[in-house]
Amino acid sequence: MRSLIGRLRKTPAPAAKADPAPSRLTYRMQRWMLTPGIRLGLRIGVPFCLTLAATSAFLANEKRRDALNLFVADIRASIQERPEFMVNMMAIDGAGSNLGEDIREVVPLDFPVSSFDLDVEQIRLTIVELDPVKSASVRIRPGGILQVDVVERIPAVIWRNRDGLEMLDASGVRVDALDRRQDRPDLPVIAGRGAGQAVPEALQLLATAKPMTGRVRGLVRVGERRWDLVLDRGQRIQLPPEEAVQALERVLAVNEVQDLLERDVVTVDMRLTARPTIRMSENAMQEWWRIRQVNGSGQ
Amino acid sequence: MMTDLYQSQRAMRQMRRQALQRGVVAILDVGSSKIACLVLRFDGTGRLSEDNSIGSLAGQSGFRVVGAATTRSRGVQFGEINAMQETERAIRTALQAAQKMAEVRVDHVIACFSGANPRSYGLDAQVDLEGQVVTEAEVARVLAACDVPNYGEGREVLHAQPVNFALDNRSGLADPRGQLGQNLAVDMHMLTVDASTVQNLAHCIKRCDLELAGIASSAYAAGISALVEDEQELGAACIDMGGGSTSVSIFMKKHMIYADSVRMGGDHITGDISMGLGVPMANAERIKTFCGGVHATGADDRDMIDVGGETGDWEHDRRTVSRAELIGIMRPRVEEILEEVRARLDAAGFDHLPSQQIVLTGGSSQIMGLDGLASRILGHQVRLGRPLRVHGLPQSVTGPAFASAVGMSLFAAHPQDEWWDFEVPVDKYPARSIRRAMRWFKDNW
Repeated sequence: MRSLIGRLRKTPAPAAKADPAPSRLTYRMQRWMLTPGIRLGLRIGVPFCLTLAATSAFLANEKRRDALNLFVADIRASIQERPEFMVNMMAIDGAGSNLGEDIREVVPLDFPVSSFDLDVEQIRLTIVELDPVKSASVRIRPGGILQVDVVERIPAVIWRNRDGLEMLDASGVRVDALDRRQDRPDLPVIAGRGAGQAVPEALQLLATAKPMTGRVRGLVRVGERRWDLVLDRGQRIQLPPEEAVQALERVLAVNEVQDLLERDVVTVDMRLTARPTIRMSENAMQEWWRIRQVNGSGQ
Repeated sequence: MMTDLYQSQRAMRQMRRQALQRGVVAILDVGSSKIACLVLRFDGTGRLSEDNSIGSLAGQSGFRVVGAATTRSRGVQFGEINAMQETERAIRTALQAAQKMAEVRVDHVIACFSGANPRSYGLDAQVDLEGQVVTEAEVARVLAACDVPNYGEGREVLHAQPVNFALDNRSGLADPRGQLGQNLAVDMHMLTVDASTVQNLAHCIKRCDLELAGIASSAYAAGISALVEDEQELGAACIDMGGGSTSVSIFMKKHMIYADSVRMGGDHITGDISMGLGVPMANAERIKTFCGGVHATGADDRDMIDVGGETGDWEHDRRTVSRAELIGIMRPRVEEILEEVRARLDAAGFDHLPSQQIVLTGGSSQIMGLDGLASRILGHQVRLGRPLRVHGLPQSVTGPAFASAVGMSLFAAHPQDEWWDFEVPVDKYPARSIRRAMRWFKDNW
């Protein structure tokens, strides 16, 4: 029988083979390591904790933190200031010389500047805020050029108001101020309070009045609701608030047949569509009475 | 006493359900010459269908073997543990290697062993049905009506399987549920073993930090894997010739109806060689496996074998024996084992079965010429059996020595209904228990 108590275990048995059986501890350890939770913990948890501990130990010191920040900033700057990323000039397309100068004024950039520091959208918004600019697109072109493509507003009328002369585009948005009427003789003039808000209608009326372009002096907005077409010789066509174009067409039609406006008429009043009215000049009135008297006496 | 059995076996059944839910379970075959461990992974596909019929791939598609390991057994004799710490270490070795191969931790183990003097009992019972239809409760009632024989102190029931149901005059019903009749009868096969062996094994497994999720006789497990389906159906005997014991199981209609074991096996042959030739056991084992046989021919007289030895006596260590001499030593022992098996089969009435197929499996069935000798002693229809192929089984464990391990895998995947799987009828509960009241409520509403 084998000895039950391993008294002589210290002396190595010469012929005994090594026991292949794992010790209890090894066995338990292996089973423990095969447990899914433990495996996951060892594979993910331990590296994570170690990294976290190392990072927080490193960042605990303020000097090291500053050094790290500085290092990061240096690297950032060195990348951003590479010549590939530098913008050297601004090219503006589609703007007149005045507008170009204005744009350069509102976008003050001292070139060269890194493209990382340019907020292209902000620049675009700044440019679009300028009055003469209808729309703009800003991009950085290869070769270090900040390309600004501008669509200008085209002035359509001159608005004479208390502050002076202003040019408006077809939708009634201010384009620019104007010093003298003679600077833009090609543009029609509108006047009166609130005229700027009704520019499209004014342009329609002016287009309708094209047959007598030579005589038209301008349009006057009356009471912020209707227009007066002012002709030379002090003539005035008062138009209704609604369907002004049709009213003007009627006047023109009458004019064509009867030469209405060639006569000594001061005002053609179309404000009530159903009752067009004409006011003659003082002299014409006297003359008419005189003729009536002659005719009347003749009767 | 029956309630004790119900409870312990049901606890194991519960444990097995848990294991199947977790998806990993280990199979442990504790033999006298080797301990084999398989780790099974259940992936949930291909379970038994609703009507309990076997699906594709003979119902084995539900699991695969992910780890397998074998180690030399220590502290086991005649299939029984006799040095518990040695056995525990051997189990640990096998389990660790299998776990390492499977890369998964196993907590539940299903074990089988061959020894412990299995003894078969046939039980039967008959009851009048309360209603017209056989319900599960009626089946439980007829099972509970079986009167348990006095199988002696210190014995424990290992298997108790209903084998046959009869309804009125119709016998041979596999599943009587739902059928109409007056009178239900059942035949049951009960296998008892020495309780101490089971307890020792349970203790060993517990000391390895494992939960015992089931226990089976290796005669049964070997029969499941080594017999093909028609043999199980028509009637066959499986003889699992192991190292320390040879187990016999008889199958009929896919149920085991008898099991027994002969306490002799391959180790005894090795012992004979060792004694006869005066060589160490290791040499004797080597000579047996490489040169052994049971039929001597003329050429064997001239086939000389170096027996070797480590005594230091040069003359003694350089002896040779002829193969005929070796066969002369082995054959009487093999004959003795087979005679003993024959006696057990006769006692069981095997020659009254319609088909008398005999399948030899187990490690010792690899002795050359054994099938010829066995057919002379046991009968004409003898074949050598290998275990069924299952998914993922490594080539090294497909030999006949692993029949019971593979059979245990099949058993784990598709356990047979045992007595304790059915509900205990109400009148078997103690008179004033809460559970009885609950059952009454459940049955009546």
